[in-house]
Amino acid sequence: MIVPGSVDDVTSGLQAAGYLPGESTALVSYLATRLGKPVLVEGPAGVGKTELAKKLAEYLGRDLVRLQCYEGLDEAKALYEWNYRKQLLRIQTEAEDAGWQAVQDDIFGEEFLLSRPLLQAIASEEPVVLLIDEIDKTDQEFEAMLLELLSDFQISIPELGRIEAKTMPVVLLTSNNSRELTEALKRRCLYLWLDYPTPERELEIVRLHAPELPETVAARLVEVVSMVRELDLKKPPSIAESIDWARALLLLGAEDIDQQTFRETMSIIVKHRTDLDTVAERVGVRLAA
Amino acid sequence: MSLPQHLVGFGDELRREGVAIGTSELNDAFAALGEVGWTAPGPFREALAATLAKSPDDRRVFDLVFDRYFFRAAEGAALQAGIRESEAAAEGMGGEQGDRIDYEALREQILEAIAAGDEAALRDLARLAIAAFGRQGQGSGVLGVDVQRIRRALGLKSEPGQMVKGEGSSVEYPLSRDQIRKFEQYLRRELERAQIERTQTLPAARPLNELDRALPSGPAQDLAAVHRVVMQLKRRLASQGHQARGHARHAHVDVRRTMRASLETGGVPVVLKYKPKRPRRPELYVLCDVSTSVTSASVFFLSVLHALHDSFRKMRSFVFVERISEVTDVFSRERDFKAVNEAISKDAGVADVSGYTDYGRVWREFLESVEDDLHPRATVIVLGDARTNGRDPRADIFARVSERAGRTFWLNPEPKLYWNYGDSVISAYEPYCEAYECWTTPQLETFVKALTRPMHA
Ligand SMILES: Nc1ncnc2c1ncn2[C@@H]1O[C@H](COP(=O)(O)OP(=O)(O)OP(=O)(O)O)[C@@H](O)[C@H]1O
Ligand SMILES: [Mg+2]
Repeated sequence: MIVPGSVDDVTSGLQAAGYLPGESTALVSYLATRLGKPVLVEGPAGVGKTELAKKLAEYLGRDLVRLQCYEGLDEAKALYEWNYRKQLLRIQTEAEDAGWQAVQDDIFGEEFLLSRPLLQAIASEEPVVLLIDEIDKTDQEFEAMLLELLSDFQISIPELGRIEAKTMPVVLLTSNNSRELTEALKRRCLYLWLDYPTPERELEIVRLHAPELPETVAARLVEVVSMVRELDLKKPPSIAESIDWARALLLLGAEDIDQQTFRETMSIIVKHRTDLDTVAERVGVRLAA
Repeated sequence: MSLPQHLVGFGDELRREGVAIGTSELNDAFAALGEVGWTAPGPFREALAATLAKSPDDRRVFDLVFDRYFFRAAEGAALQAGIRESEAAAEGMGGEQGDRIDYEALREQILEAIAAGDEAALRDLARLAIAAFGRQGQGSGVLGVDVQRIRRALGLKSEPGQMVKGEGSSVEYPLSRDQIRKFEQYLRRELERAQIERTQTLPAARPLNELDRALPSGPAQDLAAVHRVVMQLKRRLASQGHQARGHARHAHVDVRRTMRASLETGGVPVVLKYKPKRPRRPELYVLCDVSTSVTSASVFFLSVLHALHDSFRKMRSFVFVERISEVTDVFSRERDFKAVNEAISKDAGVADVSGYTDYGRVWREFLESVEDDLHPRATVIVLGDARTNGRDPRADIFARVSERAGRTFWLNPEPKLYWNYGDSVISAYEPYCEAYECWTTPQLETFVKALTRPMHA
């Protein structure tokens, strides 16, 4: 396990793990490890929010515990659940001899507890990185529960009592801004806004993911992508699209992005019908014939 | 002042601008600063941002307040210590005094600096541009207006024609709004610094101008905000417009066409077909100043224009800077706001010759092109700041426009505080129109109510 000593440590650590952080990303990640506060990471789709958590875990030498949020996610799926089948089985086999009452004390022991990501992160012997992905998909009630957890780092289970954190997780929450999160939750967190990267950094990222792509093509790719992002599209291309495009160009053995290559491959970076038209009209024509 | 004092002061200013900050945020900020080496400006700012600004909106306000607060703090200290920035540097770079400044060359340098992200060069170039501009005439008296004028004098626009060459690369990419804004920030800061040195006092700390706060940070958000405004206006105008149409005497239902259409709905006449009406003369004329092409005011105005076109079929619209250019066709051709915006920025190029609004010329050209059309049932709306840069306002021609039209309105995007200040001449026009301060949706609604009030001709 690693305890970073400076922001620069985090920068190089993430880089070594294959994630190229921007200035604020490295700084906030470092603060998270020092201050023990959760980080709320927001930004457009595909800018590396999820990836940051994975790579931070890798760099810190911690396990990643991931809670993927979705509409209707409840405590049973996020915190813990009693293993009903197993409990029933025990009752069936033992209630005959020992009596119902005796079995009941038995079946609410840790053995019958199914721990879900949040409990898992809290109870872990080794400190973990806890990723609560797409928190904006849940409801406010769930958020309130989470807030309590993130404030006290303990969970109380009526039948078992209180389970306190043995180790402090580094917590990252991501959101795509589909709804406003509560002030209380934000207050508890450090805030990191992840945006599209600068062209320089994006070039490095593309080179990292598609090292065999000729440098000139990669540079051109980044320039074209930044041009495309300037157009008010429904869904501007993200880093993920840049990487996909780079790989496709590599497969095609492209030596340049000319009009034809662009026409044939642009559906990799823009998906919407109307976006495609806009991009063809505004960017395609500007490339070499 | 000590760091904790500054932090508290900074937090106070953020609170005044509506950012929710309590002691727990300040504690976190202080703790965060303790963890990073904040002698470098980057980590200092980012550590504060991570603990104090927790949404993109808050971050926007944070950046504005941060610049202002710490800039003032530094300038205040400099004033006390009697330190002056030497003007010689800028003068030296400007070449021979009295010569015409080569804007073209200056522009090239600025584009290069923007492409290279060279902050130090941008700062120097901002000073140079201010010095060059200062020689041309006096400022408007309002920093924001001067910033826009200098930008336009330099021909810096975010539009398809404006390309920046990347460093050591052959591909050009468009100058982005953010890049332009960055340069504007330097301009503003250097103008402010010059002012402080001239007057030897710090200006009173005023709340952030709404226009500054509203500056969208990226194209996506930009459009979303515009759409909200448009929707609101559209609904309002649409509901009031329908009433008016319902009462109109000559809206005869065409029974035959209605029945034919109803065959598709199983005989239920859900879609009423009206008999085509006699073509009528336009009832609405809109003139829109597009000289502040990257500020939110003009995006706002364009969205207003867009919404008006959606609701009023009989309307003609014009954009202007130095001259006017009719854009009615653009709106009938394009439904999509983005496409309209693009097309208009091309037309604005036509209307922009020197980069200065010439209201006299605008009225003359407008009158020439609509004279025969204008009638007492028509409404004329002007969207503009009424800043003439010292030219003759020609209120006499404006009066003639107003005479021929039924009603004339003026929507001014500047706070009333700035009206008639510097080179704003709105009072010259006020006898001939109803002027409204308008750069927000609620203000627009106030105006819309007036617009849909029955006319007493
Ligand atoms: N800084 C970076 N360095 C290296 N790779 C990156 C970086 N940022 C993003 N990527 C790559 O971009 C892709 C998309 O990232 P990721 O899935 O984390 O985005 P996200 O922000 O979580 O998107 P969503 O909002 O859709 O969940 C991943 O394949 C990741 O490897
Ligand atoms: Mg993700």
